Amino acid sequence: MLLSQYIFLFLSFVAIISALMLVLDKNPVHSVLYLIITFFAIAGHYLLLNAQFLAVVHIIVYAGAIMVLFLYVIMMLNLNKDIEPHKKNIPKVAAAVAAGLLLLSLTALVNGAEVNMLPAARNSNIGLMDNLGKTLFKEYMLPFEISSILFLSAMVGAVFLSKKEIH
Amino acid sequence: MKEVIIGIPIQWYIFLSIALFCIGVLGVLFRRNAIVIFMCIELMLNAVNLLMVAFSRYLGDTGGQVFVFFVMVVAAAEVSVGLAILMMIYRNTKSTDIDTLNRLKW
Repeated sequence: MLLSQYIFLFLSFVAIISALMLVLDKNPVHSVLYLIITFFAIAGHYLLLNAQFLAVVHIIVYAGAIMVLFLYVIMMLNLNKDIEPHKKNIPKVAAAVAAGLLLLSLTALVNGAEVNMLPAARNSNIGLMDNLGKTLFKEYMLPFEISSILFLSAMVGAVFLSKKEIH
Repeated sequence: MKEVIIGIPIQWYIFLSIALFCIGVLGVLFRRNAIVIFMCIELMLNAVNLLMVAFSRYLGDTGGQVFVFFVMVVAAAEVSVGLAILMMIYRNTKSTDIDTLNRLKW
């Protein structure tokens, strides 16, 4: 076993365990904190994959912005206790069976394929900012501009939705 | 730059992404709190992101990593609008339980 394989296994273990705890914990605040742990593990995976800029952006956007938004909404709605009513067992079992079958079928799909070890990197610094920026602003210029319109409409929509109706 | 990645088969990344995605699906089906369902959707998007970064690294192509940015943009927009909708639902029903919204079924 190589060192990178140990790092991979450790990060995967952390990500999967905290993702399971996110689903199974009844308290929404704990769920948010477990999701942050999962995001940091995924950022570690990005670092392992030589996507340094993406790892930094991932931490800033997800752990910094989106999770703060979640925590803020949870605190505003005062959900920091177990308010989830007890659910009947049949939907829970059905959910677990459905997710398990999806896991089984997807795993079986990949399982037969031959194992491709990573070829030696053709270009080891594709994760750096200048390469990503060149691709983003040359080949993906139009989607970039469209995503700015998407952001604008999302912002307008959020403001409009959360405005109190005036009677 | 020294390569640290050599020695990890791409199958490991595929299996990890499958596991995270299925945990997200489980959460969406299992939980009734709408905020937790949003978080599970974020988890699924992140599983896909991880797979795209892995393949972009394996194929030596920057396109995959650029697409991760677009997924992040869509996720941020989705969360902002979704949480605003959730606030409206809470204001009207005093609960974030999605079973109170079962009139939407028909």
